Amino acid sequence: MRFVDEYRDADKARALSARIASLCEPGRAYQFMEVCGGHTHTIYKHGLEDYLPETVTMVHGPGCPVCVIPMGRVDDAIRIAEEPDVIMTSFGDMTRVPGGRGSFLDAAARGADIRMVYSPLDALKIARANPDRRVVFMAIGFETTAPSTAMTVLRAAAEDVRNFSVFCNHVRVIPAIQAILDSPGLRLDGFIGPGHVSTVIGCRPYEFIAGEYGKPLVVAGFEPLDILQSVYMLLLQLAEGRSEVENQYARVVPWAGNARALRAIGEVMEPRPSFEWRGLGFIAHSALRIREKYAAYDAERLFAVPGVRVADPKACQCGEVLKGVLKPWECKVFGTACTPETPIGTCMVSSEGACAAYYNFGRFSRQRVREATR
Amino acid sequence: MCLGIPGEIVELPPDRSGLAKVDVSGVRRAVHIGLLDDQPLGPGDWVLIHVGFALAKIDEAEARAALAFLEGVGKAYEDELAALRDSPAEG
Repeated sequence: MRFVDEYRDADKARALSARIASLCEPGRAYQFMEVCGGHTHTIYKHGLEDYLPETVTMVHGPGCPVCVIPMGRVDDAIRIAEEPDVIMTSFGDMTRVPGGRGSFLDAAARGADIRMVYSPLDALKIARANPDRRVVFMAIGFETTAPSTAMTVLRAAAEDVRNFSVFCNHVRVIPAIQAILDSPGLRLDGFIGPGHVSTVIGCRPYEFIAGEYGKPLVVAGFEPLDILQSVYMLLLQLAEGRSEVENQYARVVPWAGNARALRAIGEVMEPRPSFEWRGLGFIAHSALRIREKYAAYDAERLFAVPGVRVADPKACQCGEVLKGVLKPWECKVFGTACTPETPIGTCMVSSEGACAAYYNFGRFSRQRVREATR
Repeated sequence: MCLGIPGEIVELPPDRSGLAKVDVSGVRRAVHIGLLDDQPLGPGDWVLIHVGFALAKIDEAEARAALAFLEGVGKAYEDELAALRDSPAEG
């Protein structure tokens, strides 16, 4: 495992930790948001907050695509799935996401034909194998999965598969970050940019964050040392009075992203005027829909989608957690009424959700809990 | 889903346009490589796979690190790998 050790060396971590501490101005508190749920996971799993000075706080962002799906969209999908000739397909992550009328799992128990797939290509294959059924793929995810959905629609069109469509719920990371920057009550000093989303969109789209908002952003890898290194890079920028986009994860993320993937998304999809995010409300241009040209593959045009709006459960504070205003353990129902087995809120459903990550690995930061709950 | 799974290319199709045979944690399956067709790619190269599509070329060290990370994620990765294993071999 020599490859991995390189990124997990405890001596290197301690050395970085000391350099981080040396960059912090006395008396100044720093708040950095990691946008991606994968980073949240690393931070909790490896107890990285223990390597940071007390004055540096990591705020967990909305980068968990399952967590931000509003209940109404789940209900809409279930309504489509209940059509007698429909086979609804989606990723396994969606199974337990609660809607207003229960989850996919509940709908399947009531008789709907809902199947979990690994790839949208598998959904297309199911369509080919079942010509007398209408197969709908509930597409979710940020720019990491949108190209796959787009490529699958292009393939369906090329093969003239008529019984396949997409219920498109793809979301875009940039408008979400902008909404957080514009939301009152949250003071952030910089961002850890998402790793794998950036393999698609590249680093350029973040430039307005550094330019217009004056907040440094470092695109980071997922190893513990990657994250500590990125925090160091953010603090160095602040210490030197710079505000730039830097790429700590250049070994994977090209500065320009993946042009082919962006072209596929642009060919098949366009930004929606507005889309509701669970807990964050409506955000302009924050999601993608299927273009008119591919209307034959758009479940929203093919089915009567009720477009239900469902208020989030009152007890659930996912919105505050997604915005980084509340830490997971500060939510009223965290770990009591809401657990990974019986989630009330989406942050507890996905392993990329801040609540689930904290619930599973929270033992590393007990000290912090005591401080927060004192 | 949002985290890519590394795989090693075993066999490329002659036209490079569609599906390659890729070894993912010991599971061989077809992976769409059309989104990397502007890059040199051959057997033995590692790619980062998102829901059946290769989105980035990576080196072996990164692939090992990414696999170790995913194994640490636990159940979600196991579920995704199981889904990959059960999913149809070709697109």
